[in-house]
Order: sequence, then C-alpha cells, then structure tokens
Amino acid sequence: MTNDNNHGKRESWLDEPRNIKLLIVIGLIVLALTVVADFFYHGHPKFVVDGWFGFYAWYGFLTCLVMVLVAKLLGFVLKRDDRFYDDD
Amino acid sequence: MTTSLPPALIMLLAGLALPLLANRVWRAAMSLGAPVVALALIWTTPDGPVLTAQILTFDLTILQGTTTGRLFGTIFAIMAFVGALFALKQTNALEASSALIYAGSAIGVSGAGDLITMFVFWEVMAVGSTLVLWSAGERTYLAARRYLLVHLFGGVVLMAGITGHVAETGSIAFTAIELAGVSSWLILIGFLINAGAPPFSAWLPDAYPEASWSGTVFLSAFTTKTAVFVLLITFAGNEILVWVGLYMVFYGIIYALLENDMRRILAYSIVNQVGFMVCGIGIGTELALNGAASHAFAHIIYKALLLMAAGAVLYQTGRRKCTDLGGLFHSMPITTICGIIGALAISSFPLTSGFVSKSMISDAAGHEHLAVVWFLLYAASAGVFLHAGIKFPWFVFFQKDSGLRPSDPPASMRWAMIIFAFLCIAIGVYPEPLYALLPYPVDYVPYTVGHVLHMTQLLLFAGLAFFVLLPLMKRTLTISLDTDTLYRLVGPWLAKVVGRTVGAADRAMRQTAMRWFQDLVAALERVHGVSGVLARDLNMTVTVLAVVIAFGLILLFDLIQGL
Repeated sequence: MTNDNNHGKRESWLDEPRNIKLLIVIGLIVLALTVVADFFYHGHPKFVVDGWFGFYAWYGFLTCLVMVLVAKLLGFVLKRDDRFYDDD
Repeated sequence: MTTSLPPALIMLLAGLALPLLANRVWRAAMSLGAPVVALALIWTTPDGPVLTAQILTFDLTILQGTTTGRLFGTIFAIMAFVGALFALKQTNALEASSALIYAGSAIGVSGAGDLITMFVFWEVMAVGSTLVLWSAGERTYLAARRYLLVHLFGGVVLMAGITGHVAETGSIAFTAIELAGVSSWLILIGFLINAGAPPFSAWLPDAYPEASWSGTVFLSAFTTKTAVFVLLITFAGNEILVWVGLYMVFYGIIYALLENDMRRILAYSIVNQVGFMVCGIGIGTELALNGAASHAFAHIIYKALLLMAAGAVLYQTGRRKCTDLGGLFHSMPITTICGIIGALAISSFPLTSGFVSKSMISDAAGHEHLAVVWFLLYAASAGVFLHAGIKFPWFVFFQKDSGLRPSDPPASMRWAMIIFAFLCIAIGVYPEPLYALLPYPVDYVPYTVGHVLHMTQLLLFAGLAFFVLLPLMKRTLTISLDTDTLYRLVGPWLAKVVGRTVGAADRAMRQTAMRWFQDLVAALERVHGVSGVLARDLNMTVTVLAVVIAFGLILLFDLIQGL
C-alpha cells in the first residue's frame, strides 16, 4: 500500500519552496488585515479589555504561548517512553 | 403518523441478529438499515410519555418524546448510519453487531422517561462499547478490561445514587434533580465519569485509540454525548459544572499538545470539547443549554470525521504516531481535505458547524457577565485550534515528508467522510434547521461582523503561535502520565508491596507460633515422653529404697507428732 517517493522531489505545487514562501506571505497579509479591520469595527466590548485594540489577535497568540509553555513544562514531569505500560 | 415502537429496540434487535447473518451484504444492509428505521421512529414519536410499563411498584416510561431527546436521538441515529457506512470494509461481525447495540442503547437513553429505564440503557451502553473495543482483538483486551471496570464502577455509583434518590423522594422521574444530599451527588458523579470528567478522564484516551480503525469512530460519539444529554436534563445550572467543564477543556488541550499518537490527540480533544458542553450546562441559561446541545450535535459529526480521517490513515498505512507520519497530502487528497474540514469545524471557524454552536456557550458566559469563564473559554477556543485544528492535520498530512504514499481509502470510507464534511459546512452555512431542533427557542445570530472578525483574529493568531512555537512541539516517542497510572501501575505496585509485607509478617508470625508450639511439645515430651523422667522404668533396688524412705519419713513424722 505504501511505496517510497521515487518519482521526483516535486510532486505537488506545495513541495515548491517558492510556493510555500508565497503562502507564508499571504498568511501574514491576512493576519495583518484582520487586525487592520479593527480600525473600522467598533464592537460592544463586554469586559472592557476585549474592546482594546486587536484584543482577539494578541489574546489568541499569548494564550497559545502560555498553553504551549505549560504543556512543555508539564511534559518534563509527565512524559514517559511510549512503551512505559507495555509490560502491564 | 405517530408510533410507540421504541427506536432503541430496532437497533438492539438488529445488533443481536446481525451475527446470525452469514452473508456480508445482508449484514451491511442491517447495519445501514437499522439506523434509518430508528431515525424514522424517533421522528414519529409524539411528545410526552409513549410507552409505559409497570414493573414491581414502578411505573416505567420506556419511551417518551422530548425536544432534547429527539435532538440527541437524531444525531445518534445519523452517526450510527454514517459510522456503519465508514465501517463497511470492517470484516469483524462482532464490532458491527456491538456498534448497533451501543448506538441503540444511547438512543434508548435519549428516549428514556424515568431513571430506571435510563439506567438500564446506560449499562447496556457500557457493555456494547466494551465489545466494540474488545472486538479489535487480543491487543486491546487489557484496555477493554480497564475500560469496562471504570464504567462498571461508574454504573455502581450511579445505581447507588438512583436507589438513594428514589428512597428519599419516592420519584423515578428523569428530570431536573436538586444537587443536595449524598444520592444526588452520586448520580452526578456517575454521569460525570462517563463524560470523561476528572479525576476519571484518563479512561477515554486510554481506551478509545485502542479500538480498530472503525471502532474508534463509534466510540467517540455515544458515551460522552449521552452523558452530556443526561447532565442537560438533570443538573443544568449547577455552578460546579462550569469549573469541571473548564478543567476538562484545558486538560484536553495540554495533554493533546503532549501527545504523539494521532488518535490519542483526538481522544484528548473529545474531553476538551465535552468540557465546553459541560461548562455550558453549568452556566445553565437557555442560550448556554442550546449551545451545549447544539455543540454536542455538531461535535459528534466533526469528531467522527476527524477520527475517520485518522482511521483512513491507519487503515492505509498501519501507522498511528505523528513521528511516523507526514506528507500524506500527496497521495490522500480526499482524506486530507475532509480532515482539514473536520479540523476547521472543531476550531469553530466561521462557516463551519463549530462556529454556530460553540459561540452560543461563550456568548452565554458573556451575557451572564462571568468574566473569568468568558476569558478562559476564548483562550480555550484558541487552544482548540492549536491542539486539534492545526496539530492533527499538520503532523499527519504535512510536516516533514515521511515518504509514505498511501492512496485514499476505499469508496465506502471516502463517502462517509464526504457526507460528514458536507454536514460540517452545511450546518455552519445554514444553521437554522439545527437551531429549530434545540431545547429552547433560538434567538441567536451567529454571523455578525464582530463575531466573524473576532473569531478569525483569534484563530489565525493561534495559528501563528503554532508555527512560531513549532520547535517547542517537536514530536517525541512518549506518552504522558495521567490518573490511569494510579490503577495501571501504582495500584498493582501497592497491592504487591502490601501483599509482600503482609505475607512476610504473616509468615513470620506463623513460624514463631509454630516454633513455640514445637518447643512446648518437646518440653512435654522430655517430662512425660517414653524416655521422660516421669515415664522412666525404675529397677527393684531403687523401688525398695524409695518405699523404705517413704515409710521412714512417715514414721519420723508420726514420732514428731507424738512428742
């Protein structure tokens, strides 16, 4: 069912470094646009803080940073070799 | 047209009859046909008690029509059908049979009108799901046994609670229960164990990923969502559920971030998603309960879709670890696209089912001015995109090229994925039919400029965080300790230590007692034994001498007395 990749390195346009770079640029432009949109949209903040500029953008980024770091730290304590339970 | 035939009965009978059919085509027809008939019955069951029976002194309502029950019954039946379609290539008749019984008993709970009927279906569900797991073969026996033990324990707790509740109130009504007194707490704990709540959440990621490529799809749908259903009916508005739910949400995220096995990632994310629902039930307003109910509906579809994509990868490659996968988009385009749609839906991207359901829960927190809950729910939404929305498709279908070039799975599996991917988007674009099924009238507009903009910002920047932090998320060949360590390692170890200590003490005591007894016997032997002092033969000289001395002493005594 599986065979090794013998038919050339570039099978898909997604394998092309140029296209990947292009996607990254497009992604960053979209990110910037969603923040720029905040200039034109004034919602009804519920808790003051969520009315601050670009709240959802930086809140999303920072909370993810915290979650990844917490997971990383807990990982030092919790992670075990995946054959840990094998002889049970 | 109205009927009083329980939809669950059709499913259970079909499940029991299925192994008797020798022909695979007939079995497939049974697996696909029973859910369709059940769905038709669910929709022709009128409101109110429909089928009652008197057993002992109890008036049971085996089937009743309710709005919430119909919603859950509907999604259970749809799930059973599409799951059966996905599993058509599954040659294991036990799995197909137990999947029907499992789904049927979940439908039974959704139509139950009293606590006893609910409990009976609840326990059948535990047996059905264990058999789905068990049917995957010897490799899963230990996991299936642990799974069964946890659920039987949960069942005992629930049974104790219901018995106490009936004794105290005299009522078996399956309706809101006031959380006061031991029995109501026992009922709540029994429900929460099935929901995957702490400290028992570990049963879920321990068991589900061990089932077959198709079995896990069934397992993801029924047990936890039936728990959501019963919590919705009985304990809506209890604040403790808000915190239990939030714990589950973050527990799921953190553990999924640490995980390497693609199906275990998705299993942790079930706990995460059920956490959102439990939190909504805890908030308890009409908007929150609608949110919890619709999120359960949407979740069953996109989580099954994600596990189908994972199942397709497992079926085609035999691999399940992120470290062994990657680059599959080259040769599995349909699976990749369906997996991405499921991932977008679980992340609540606008135009997907998750968006129109989950936002009701966070908005309900906002309306009630529960600031902490609201901020945590938004952080969690970002975290969902992180741990399931990007992590799963990225590591399975993209990242480094594993060199594997499996093709898309067989047609039955492709179509099951396409149907659910279609539903993820259809519900997201046109939520009104789902809203019409919810427990309370819906006065909610998901697509406002603010909503769409904010959710897009939140998710895209969560995505940015994922790629910025990618070096921190390098997959390792590890699993993570959880509460199941307590009963998988600590428990047996404790038993061994206690056994050894008690055993040694017992042996020492018995040896000492034995030695004392032997000493006593030896002492008696020395005195009274054949060669003991008191049993020794005396010769004639000594005997005569002894008698003479005795007489002498008597005489002497007599003389002294006479003086």
